[in-house]
Amino acid sequence: MGEQLKSLLSLRGLTRRFGGLTAVDAIDLDLAKGELISIIGPNGAGKTTLFNLVTGLDRPDAGTVSFEGQDVTGLSPERLAAEGIARTFQLGRVFGNLSVMDNVLIGAHTRLRAVKPAVPVIGPLLELGLALLRPSSVKAEEEKLREEMKAILARFGERLLPRIDQPAYSLSYANRRRVEIARALALKPRLLLLDEPTAGMNPTETAEMQGLVAELKAEGLTILLIEHKLEMVMRLSDRVVVMDEGKKIAEGPGEEVRGDPKVIEAYLGHGLATEQESAA
Amino acid sequence: MSSWLDYTINGLIVGNVYALVAVGLALIFGVSRLINFAQGSIYLVGAYIGWVAVVQLHTPLPLTIIVVAVAAAIVGLIIERFGLRPLQNSVRIAPLLATIGISFVLDQLVMLTFSPNPRALPSQLPDVRFQVGGGTIGPLDLLIAGVGLTSALLLFVFLRYSKLGWAVRATAQDRDAAMQMGVDVNRVNQAVFGIAAALGGVSGMLVGMYYNQIDTAMSLQATLKGVVAEVVGGAGNVPGAVIGSLLLGLVESYGVAVFGTSYRNLFAFLLLVVVLVLRPNGLFASARQAPPEPLTGTFIAPSRPVRIPRWALAVAAGGFAVLPLFPVSFYVLQTLINAWLLGMLALSLTLVAGTIGQVSLGHAALLAIGAYSSALLSLTFSVPVGLAIIGGGLMSAALGTALISPSFRLRGHYVSIATLAIGEIVSLVILNWESVTRGPIGISGIPPLSLFGYDLISPTSIYWFSFAVMVVLALLQGRLLTSHLGRSFRAIRDDDIAARAYGLSLNRYKSLAFIFGGFAAGISGGIAAHLYSYINHETFNTQQSILALTVVILGGLGNVVGAIVGSVALVGLPELFRIAAEYRILIYGIVLLLLVRFRPQGLLGTI
Ligand SMILES: Nc1ncnc2c1ncn2[C@@H]1O[C@H](COP(=O)(O)OP(=O)(O)O)[C@@H](O)[C@H]1O
Ligand SMILES: [Mg+2]
Repeated sequence: MGEQLKSLLSLRGLTRRFGGLTAVDAIDLDLAKGELISIIGPNGAGKTTLFNLVTGLDRPDAGTVSFEGQDVTGLSPERLAAEGIARTFQLGRVFGNLSVMDNVLIGAHTRLRAVKPAVPVIGPLLELGLALLRPSSVKAEEEKLREEMKAILARFGERLLPRIDQPAYSLSYANRRRVEIARALALKPRLLLLDEPTAGMNPTETAEMQGLVAELKAEGLTILLIEHKLEMVMRLSDRVVVMDEGKKIAEGPGEEVRGDPKVIEAYLGHGLATEQESAA
Repeated sequence: MSSWLDYTINGLIVGNVYALVAVGLALIFGVSRLINFAQGSIYLVGAYIGWVAVVQLHTPLPLTIIVVAVAAAIVGLIIERFGLRPLQNSVRIAPLLATIGISFVLDQLVMLTFSPNPRALPSQLPDVRFQVGGGTIGPLDLLIAGVGLTSALLLFVFLRYSKLGWAVRATAQDRDAAMQMGVDVNRVNQAVFGIAAALGGVSGMLVGMYYNQIDTAMSLQATLKGVVAEVVGGAGNVPGAVIGSLLLGLVESYGVAVFGTSYRNLFAFLLLVVVLVLRPNGLFASARQAPPEPLTGTFIAPSRPVRIPRWALAVAAGGFAVLPLFPVSFYVLQTLINAWLLGMLALSLTLVAGTIGQVSLGHAALLAIGAYSSALLSLTFSVPVGLAIIGGGLMSAALGTALISPSFRLRGHYVSIATLAIGEIVSLVILNWESVTRGPIGISGIPPLSLFGYDLISPTSIYWFSFAVMVVLALLQGRLLTSHLGRSFRAIRDDDIAARAYGLSLNRYKSLAFIFGGFAAGISGGIAAHLYSYINHETFNTQQSILALTVVILGGLGNVVGAIVGSVALVGLPELFRIAAEYRILIYGIVLLLLVRFRPQGLLGTI
């Protein structure tokens, strides 16, 4: 690609097998700073597994992941979060019993400094002590974060702000997806991975979400997006990667990929399952 | 040489008995992802039914076996139908708690019916031994081996060739797919519980005959051994459970040969902890399995906690503080002192089990560590009692966290197993480490409570002291919950995968929760030691762990005020109604079951 140096994330030969099934098969991918790449493909193509490999929730059987030029293959999800990688989950994983505010504050966990001194060995004990004593620096940090979280929640209009103290389990499905995205933004990510952010949303909600992702892209955030709704993919993506049975079968600008016979065959071959879902 | 053969034969025979329990556990785990903590109770019931049949009805051996199998199977079916089926759509913690409650109810019913005294269970077989190579073998050994092999064969045929057996296997492989294909999961569960109970019951009877003795302590031991064997073989893996059982039998038998009988259980639990840590999926599973995806936030019952205004809490605390100024009886004060001590333990457990979601079943071990540390500090090193108690708290925090830390990567039921085993290990170490703990004799002459040189002897002063300590611990815990740690703990409980994806280290935060909780429990144990003036390895037992768990569920998981209200209720109400001691545990078990079924969020709600 010749852009190697500027790429924020690059995957080389990334592979994950489950028993006899190769869920992710020798995937290469380069993502430049500020770029938005969509990954599409029928259900079971291996998209979510690829996300798991990039975020450290699963470890590859072969291949490498590098982030900002550093090899981060097999690092723990905690480390990768601290590096600035945030994601949302396909099935939605909010903390059900936590309020909206607390959910989003967890997103900012890696940014806590005053209460989490970077002292080796006794660091955790200091953290416990500081949490109990709460000196003014800790209080100030917490206050500042809370204000910032309100600003993040305000991006969703009146969807979340009025429900800021409600437990996440009591929210509507669409609102829970929004909380997940707010939580990811709270990390101030350098790379954001969105796994089907509009699944189960109606057209109005989808349009809202599309607007938000466009805004984030305009702000310069680097985004990897898994999405079935092709119209949204075409509008937002700089490039589209198509996966099928673990392999990358096409890559390029949206219009080009859309007409690719291999892509059409992959979708038809799988009984249009995904097309139906995106229509639902 | 010959003795080695004997130990091998003995190990295999005992392993055979464990296999009957473990296979049942594996079948149940396979279809419902549930570790049935009541399996040992069915084993106990089987032993006592066997006793009734042999001693009172004089049934011949084949009939005895059939009677035991059928009766135990009926108990299993009842458990499935009334204890677990109603919980099918509830949160994941519910069936776990239900089987714990059921096991206590069953054990207690057996104890009330037959008295806790051991009984002899004659084997009805001729007492001869045959020479085999260098060792000997008796008819009972052959019977046990025969029953084991026959059961394995019957089970194999059932699973392989019957329609219901096919449904069981399909459900174990993929429950949702099986349901879509029209498998009746209720029937599968029934079948599995019936078979597991029949095997467990027969196993209990055989063990009773083998040692010619049955007593109610058998239950917990059997559950633990069965679980160890099952986990070693890989949860849900039926052939694995058989191999795990034989391995456990051999490890124990050789361990006894080398180190002596009192180490028997220690080996079982060490084996469990080693396997849980190194190969949590069992010896035969592939080493690396990704966790299954959807596990979202359904571990504890969602609820909105009851908000109690601060002034009301202050008034209540003030009321209890001035209580001794009024003419209340010694008995009332004594009862409330017990409630405050239990309250500290419940605070600890509600943090660990409720706030961060690690349902500990061995929490009394933290009491024991605190009690022994404080007693020994004051006796051996003449540390002033006040400081010794704090030392006990710190020791419990440090040692408890270190002991539990290998199981930080485990989830759900496995945490409960690991904590149960670690609790047993602590009590076995106390029993065997005579040079420090004085072994079975226990520690006597522990100095009374004192503070700044003043002895606290009067009930009033002890009351104030324990109440003040509990209130301070509760306030600290309340403060912890409102900090970033509170939300981090709760996030880990709700979804540990999402928590990790946002940078929360499970090791770090589970350690902090156990350090804080261990301190509170250790303080409680320390105070108790100086109050009782005598402690031994049985002073802090599993019953206390279960009582604390019931308190925590009653008050609402994670709920600080709930833990104290629950303690007062569960200590106070039985006193108020003058319920005899032997019925109390039965009542705690029933309370636990009713709560899980009808009010899983407890009185004041989970936080
Ligand atoms: N933990 C796992 N264990 C076994 N197989 C898995 C696991 N996770 C995913 N798979 C399989 O890998 C394939 C890819 O799944 P996934 O990445 O979720 O696809 P997508 O997100 O593209 O729909 C599927 O066949 C799925 O069944
Ligand atoms: Mg997916």
